Amino acid sequence: MTSPLEQKKIKIAGPSIVTANRTWDGIVVYRTAAKSWSADLSEAAIVRNSDEAKALLAESVADDVGAIGPYIAPVQVGADGKIEPGNLREQIRRTGVTIGQSAQA
Amino acid sequence: MYAYDEIDRTLVNERVSEFRDQVKRRLSGELTEDEFKILRLQNGVYLQLHAYMFRVAIPYGTLATNQLRALAHVARKYDRGYGHFTTRQNIQFNWIKLAELPDALEDLAKVGIHAMQTSGNNMRNVTSDQWAGVAPSEIEDPRIWSELIRQHTTLHPEFSFLPRKFKIAITASDHDRAAIKIHDIGLRLIKNEKGETGFEVLVGGGLGRTPFIAKTIKHFVHGRDILSYIEAILRVYNQYGRRDNIYKARIKILVHELGIEKFSREVEDEWQHIRNSSLQIDDEVIEDIRSRFTYPAYEKLPHMPDELRQAAADPDFEAWRKNSVAPHKVQGYSIVTISLKPTGGPPGDATAEQMDALADLADKYSFGEIRVGHEQNLALPHVAKRDLPALWKALDKLGLATPNVNLITDIIACPGLDYCSLANARSIPIAQELTRRFANHELANLIGRLHINISGCINACGHHHVGHIGILGVEKNGEEVYQITIGGRADENAALGTLIGPGVKFDEVADVVEDIVEAYLALRERPEELFMDTVKRLGVEPFKERVYATR
Ligand code: HEM
Ligand code: SF4
Repeated sequence: MTSPLEQKKIKIAGPSIVTANRTWDGIVVYRTAAKSWSADLSEAAIVRNSDEAKALLAESVADDVGAIGPYIAPVQVGADGKIEPGNLREQIRRTGVTIGQSAQA
Repeated sequence: MYAYDEIDRTLVNERVSEFRDQVKRRLSGELTEDEFKILRLQNGVYLQLHAYMFRVAIPYGTLATNQLRALAHVARKYDRGYGHFTTRQNIQFNWIKLAELPDALEDLAKVGIHAMQTSGNNMRNVTSDQWAGVAPSEIEDPRIWSELIRQHTTLHPEFSFLPRKFKIAITASDHDRAAIKIHDIGLRLIKNEKGETGFEVLVGGGLGRTPFIAKTIKHFVHGRDILSYIEAILRVYNQYGRRDNIYKARIKILVHELGIEKFSREVEDEWQHIRNSSLQIDDEVIEDIRSRFTYPAYEKLPHMPDELRQAAADPDFEAWRKNSVAPHKVQGYSIVTISLKPTGGPPGDATAEQMDALADLADKYSFGEIRVGHEQNLALPHVAKRDLPALWKALDKLGLATPNVNLITDIIACPGLDYCSLANARSIPIAQELTRRFANHELANLIGRLHINISGCINACGHHHVGHIGILGVEKNGEEVYQITIGGRADENAALGTLIGPGVKFDEVADVVEDIVEAYLALRERPEELFMDTVKRLGVEPFKERVYATR
C-alpha cells in the first residue's frame, strides 16, 4: 500500500474518496464532508480534482487518532448519486471477503 | 512438550503490560501511528484490508492442548470464531480490534504463547519439522536445537534490527518437511564419522520477488559451534546487507551478489574470531533444554492391532488412513495429519469449535500434543494405532477427516486479496474452486501426490515458486491475472517452477489446472509415475502445448 507521504504528486483519474481503517477496531471507514469518518461509503466526501484530493487526504492524515493508513481510492458515482467502489480491492473492502463462508463449516 | 522457564514467562508477561500501555497511549492520541507501527509490528499486529491482523508464533510447531484451547478462546472472544494456520508455523487472527489486543495477548501469555518477532526485521519464529521427535528415521529431535536458537536470538539486540526479516528452519530427517532450502538459513541435522551431532548449513534461500534455493555454505558445523556460526553469518549480513533497498535487503541477494564462495570466506573469517567465545555451547546447556522436552510414556503395543485390521474393511477409513497416517518411531503408534483443506473451504482455517474439539481429541489420543506444519495442516503426533478408527470417526464429525493429505486438493494458499493489503489478486477462492473440481477423492488418489501453491502477489507467502503447480496472482489493467508455473518443489530436492506461458483470468485457472492434470494422466508411463516425475522426464513443453492449444 502506498503511504500517503509517497502520494505527494496526487493525480486522480475520476471521482475519488479517501478511505482508511478506524484506529480502535480497524474497520474500513471513509472520510466524510463533515470532517469525520463513516463506515458507510454513501457518506464519503467525493473529490474530483487533485487539489481537492490533496486537501481531503491532508485533513485525513491529520486525524491520526480517528483512522490509520488513509489513501485516495477511485469510485464510480451513478446518475442517482450512488457511490460504488472503483476497483476490486475497494469492492472487497466494502463488502467483505469473497470466500463465501468465513471459515469451514 | 516443552516447559518454558521463568525467564521466558517473565519476559512474555512484561511484554503484555508494555503493549497494554502502548495501545492506551495510541488510542488517546499520545502516540501517532508512525510511532506506534513499529511497536505493534513487534507484537505481531499488522493492518489488513478489513481490520488488524494478529499473528501468533507456534515455536517449532508444537502446541499443548491448553494452548490450542487458548487459541480457540481468542478466536471466539476477540475474533470471528476462527483462525488461520500459516506456512510458517504461526496462526493469524483476521478481525482483532486494537483496543482488545492487550487482553488477547494476556490470555495467550497465561499459556506461554506470544507474538514476539512474528513481524519486523528480526529473527522470526524458528521453524522445524512438524514430525520432530516422532519421525522414524530422524537423527535427533531438531526442536532441541530450534529452542536453543530461539533462546539465543529472542530479543537479541544485534538481531533485532537486521536489514530485513530473517527466517531459520531446521530438519533432522532425510525427507525435508521444514522446507529448509527456501529459508534464510536452513539447518540439516547430521552426524559426522565420529557420531557427533552437527549441521549441514545452508544459506540464502527465499522466495518473494527474487527467488533462490539455498546453497550449502558448510557441510558440517559441530553442534557446539552452531550459535557462533549462525552469529557469524548474521554479522556478515548485518555488515553488508542492503539496508538501502528493501527489494535487495534479504540475505539471499547478498549471497547471490557476493557468490557463495566469497560469502562463505567472509563468514569463516568472522567465525574464527568468535568461535571459541562464550557462544560455544556447553553440553549441559543442551542437556538442560533436552530435559525440558518431555516425551509420552508410550505403551508396548502390537504393530497391527485388531481394531485396525477390522477397520480396514471400511473403504472410507482406508482412504483416510492411506493419506493421513504416517509411521511413528515407536511400534504401535502413528502420526496423524489433520487436513485443514475441506472441499470448498479456505486452506488452513480452523474454527474455535474445531480447535477445542481437537484439543479434546489430542488429550484422549495423542498425549495432549498437537503439531502445526508448514503445509497449513495440523497433526497429532502420538496416536496408538488401535485408536485410529475411533479418532477417524471423531475427526470426520468435525469436518477434519478430508482424505486428501498430499493430494491435489491439499492446497497451500496465502490470504490474497480477500484479506491482505499487499495483494494483487485473490488466492483463497481459486483454492476453493480447485478443491471442488477435484472433490472426487478417487480421482485425487488416482492423480497421486501433487502440490498446488497459490500466492496473491509476488511476496510469495503461498510459496507458489515451489509448488508442483504454482499459481501467482498479478494485476493487469485492473483485472486479476494468474501466472502458472510447473515443476517447483519445496523438499530436499527443492527447485523453482517454470512459467508455462501468458497469465490466465480468474475464471480460467481451474480449467488450466484440469488441462495440466489431464495431460499428466495421459503422459505418465505408469500409475506410480508421479506428476513431478513426468515433468522431470518430459519438461514443461507438453503441458504448455496442452494448456495453450485452445487458448
Ligand atoms: C496478510 C498479511 C501478510 C502480509 C502483509 C505479508 C507480507 C509479506 C511480505 C511483504 C513478504 C516478503 C518479504 C520479503 O521478501 O522480504 C512475505 C513473505 C512471506 N510470507 Fe507473508 N504476509 C502475510 C501473510 C502471510 C501468510 C498468511 C503466510 C502463510 C500462509 C505468510 C507466509 C510468508 C512466507 C513463508 C514468506 C516468505 C517468502 C520468502 O521466502 O521470501 N505470509 N510476507
Ligand atoms: S503473497 Fe502477497 S497477497 Fe499473499 S499474503 Fe503475501 S503479501 Fe499478501
